Amino acid sequence: MTYVNEMKSKHGGITAHIVKTEKFKTVSLTFKMLAPLTKELVTKRALFPHVLLRGTESRPKTADLRSYFDELYGTSVSADLTKKGERHVITFRLEIPNEKYLKDRTPLLEKGLQLLSELVFSPALENGAFLPLYVTQEKRTLKQRIQAVYDDKMRYSNLRLVQEMCKSEPYALHVNGEFDDVEHITPQDLYEAYQKAIREDQLDLYVIGDVDTDQVKTAVDTYFKTEERELQPFERSAANEQPDPKEVIDEEDVKQGKLNIGFRTNTTYTDPDYPALQVFNGLFGGFSHSKLFINVREKASLAYYAASRVESFKGLLMVMSGIEVKNYKQAVTIIEEQFQAMQNGDFSEDDIAQTKAVIKNQVLETIDTAYGLAEFLYQQASAQVEIPIERFLDNIEKVTKEDIINVGKNIKLDTTYFLKGTGGAS
Amino acid sequence: MTKPINFEQLQETLYHEKMANGLDVYVLPKQGFNKTYAVFTTKYGSIDNQFVPLNKEEMVHVPDGIAHFLEHKLFEKADGDVFQDFSKQGASANAFTSFTRTAYLFSSTSNVEKNLETLVDFVQDPYFTEKSVEKEKGIIGQEINMYDDNPDWRLFFGLIENMYKDHPVKIDIAGTVESISHITKDLLYECYETFYHPSNMLLFIVGPADPEAVISQVRENQEKKPFTDQPEIKREEVQEQEAVFRREQELKMNVQGSKCLVGLKAKDPYKTGQELLKHELSMNLMLECLFGKSSPHYGDLYDKGYIDETFSFDYTAEYGFGFASVGGDTPEPDKLADELKHMLLDAESAVTAEKLDLARKKKIGSFLKALNSPEYIANQFTRYAFLDMSLFDVVTVLEQITLDDVKRVIEEEISEDRLTVCKVVPKS
Repeated sequence: MTYVNEMKSKHGGITAHIVKTEKFKTVSLTFKMLAPLTKELVTKRALFPHVLLRGTESRPKTADLRSYFDELYGTSVSADLTKKGERHVITFRLEIPNEKYLKDRTPLLEKGLQLLSELVFSPALENGAFLPLYVTQEKRTLKQRIQAVYDDKMRYSNLRLVQEMCKSEPYALHVNGEFDDVEHITPQDLYEAYQKAIREDQLDLYVIGDVDTDQVKTAVDTYFKTEERELQPFERSAANEQPDPKEVIDEEDVKQGKLNIGFRTNTTYTDPDYPALQVFNGLFGGFSHSKLFINVREKASLAYYAASRVESFKGLLMVMSGIEVKNYKQAVTIIEEQFQAMQNGDFSEDDIAQTKAVIKNQVLETIDTAYGLAEFLYQQASAQVEIPIERFLDNIEKVTKEDIINVGKNIKLDTTYFLKGTGGAS
Repeated sequence: MTKPINFEQLQETLYHEKMANGLDVYVLPKQGFNKTYAVFTTKYGSIDNQFVPLNKEEMVHVPDGIAHFLEHKLFEKADGDVFQDFSKQGASANAFTSFTRTAYLFSSTSNVEKNLETLVDFVQDPYFTEKSVEKEKGIIGQEINMYDDNPDWRLFFGLIENMYKDHPVKIDIAGTVESISHITKDLLYECYETFYHPSNMLLFIVGPADPEAVISQVRENQEKKPFTDQPEIKREEVQEQEAVFRREQELKMNVQGSKCLVGLKAKDPYKTGQELLKHELSMNLMLECLFGKSSPHYGDLYDKGYIDETFSFDYTAEYGFGFASVGGDTPEPDKLADELKHMLLDAESAVTAEKLDLARKKKIGSFLKALNSPEYIANQFTRYAFLDMSLFDVVTVLEQITLDDVKRVIEEEISEDRLTVCKVVPKS
């Protein structure tokens, strides 16, 4: 069975990925810009996408631009930033209703593609740079965005773990940039960073919905004019890291303590044992039948959540849980015991089969949303490989108990981080 | 008999059958999707804390948080945890409790028939023991602590506490560590027997399913179970004052940035059916004209630096309570609160025919987007059905609402004594 029919085509510097499907009532456009993650550029790259969404050459006023979004039946437009290991990805998302389901049958898709292209390639400018007012305002918002992480303790403790664990590595950089670097950015600097990105980034466009493939390709040729470029070869992150385990404790005035433990997996997305790592994580902490959920939550009643996840490109396995401060030692001990059990192969063939079934279910559910499908396909484009969904699932299916034990041997404890709450004492 | 209902514009067909025991079953086929999503919901939530238990005469008052506690405990059986059964069958299961509903759900891309059987059977077969009830108190205690540290949750509940003096909507859905300490096995059974009768429940299935086959599977399942007819549930109707309980509240928390919400308490929250649908959509259109991202107010507040991208607004209407909330993160909570109140009180000047048309287009587009989500369809359909509305009427009603309708809503609903402010500010 073929789950997805992805049509790829080159248009100058852009690779278009078109997925024709009738299951959605909208068409989703996802535009990705990828570059190395560096201290020099991360903050500017986190800023300019938001300046771009303030005004275009033809609609320089924000209110006019946004009224136009409403006019196109509430076409939603957004930008966000992610890390793929030590690469920085800017994503523009635009979702436009399919006129098939509207009383007014005026075609909308071409207008959507044109709008996306104007937002990215034809910004409102003044004296060869971005409009100073928009830059000033978006700098203010960016600072608030960076600061907001502190007020969400689940995200904050995860951020602190990564900062401590990857101290001298680019991966420690915050996806939205560095607070202290925001203030100094000028409209001119920012415009230069933008032009560099347009010139050099790897560019991918995903079009998902009930579309005419040829019509989309023609529209991309018409509206998206970019120069061809050499892609930076994909380099997998350093393997065989043997960290010295460390413990970091911060104290904060919160009720619940947050425990985050980071491991190095020494396995990344393009490695042959990556499917085994996914099954390892599923058995260990990925689901509600996993060892962490059963032992930390169900048996010991220590937590409401206890889970683990994999960072596929940097090669990290991260455990997270919210516990009472007095239970810190007990929780760490249980998690370490369960990790040991995983390394010793203390799981049955039934457990493996159950985990594979749930992973397969998760993948198929992910691609039932245009967002999930674009992200799933982009894993491949960003690593410059082709692993169709059928093969990905087949690779999971083929994983043996021995493979899981072997991949487990390479996983090394790195940092135990505890955000120590005061239990509401103050 | 199963009846198909066609929605031509949306190109959807919905199948419905009421079972002999009163259970409403709906199936919405969605071809092309891998997953089937099913949600089994009882019209029973955190606000139902005073009622006459089945086969009794007297009104009782049960501990805060018991509906949510029951939701957790229903997953446990004599031979283990139902989560395990679902994951063995390749499904992911979950549940949630709101003010007015408790819902149990699964999604799966294989073994759908088996998973549906598991869902219906586990919800209709409670197994509570003193020991497992005690054990759950630790887990839910951590869930409560997690929410207590979450400033957005605290802000939202602070706003509701401001609005309501007596209505139980003001009580946190999970209760408190103290209130759940009073929950016993017997109390759980009493709530279960009263509220989990099929006639108080709705099952919605959406996915690449054969509707006739799904409905006959449920019919056979239900016919095997000895449900007897149950009288209508008597819930306490709390008399709530029209004005807000408190005009303002400030919560000091360990945060770096401040937050502010302005609330508007609904005046006459006893509408149902088409009247409620029109009212709710008119309120939403009004808020969109006033505070939508293309509105002059939004631009003005953003230019002044009072709001950022976390700014949002919403209107919720249920039977017995309802409210609008507007706000988000802000370095100037007091100034933002003043501006928002002022804008609401002067709403009429911001709503024009042209703005209303744009807002309407935006809402229709958003609704189409939402229909891409099986979760949205199933959960919202259930909410609408419990209030005698139909989710699939949304576009038709949106198209009918006139400028006069919106002006009438402004006239009726917006008044200074029904406005309140809640702020979260840094401790130091």
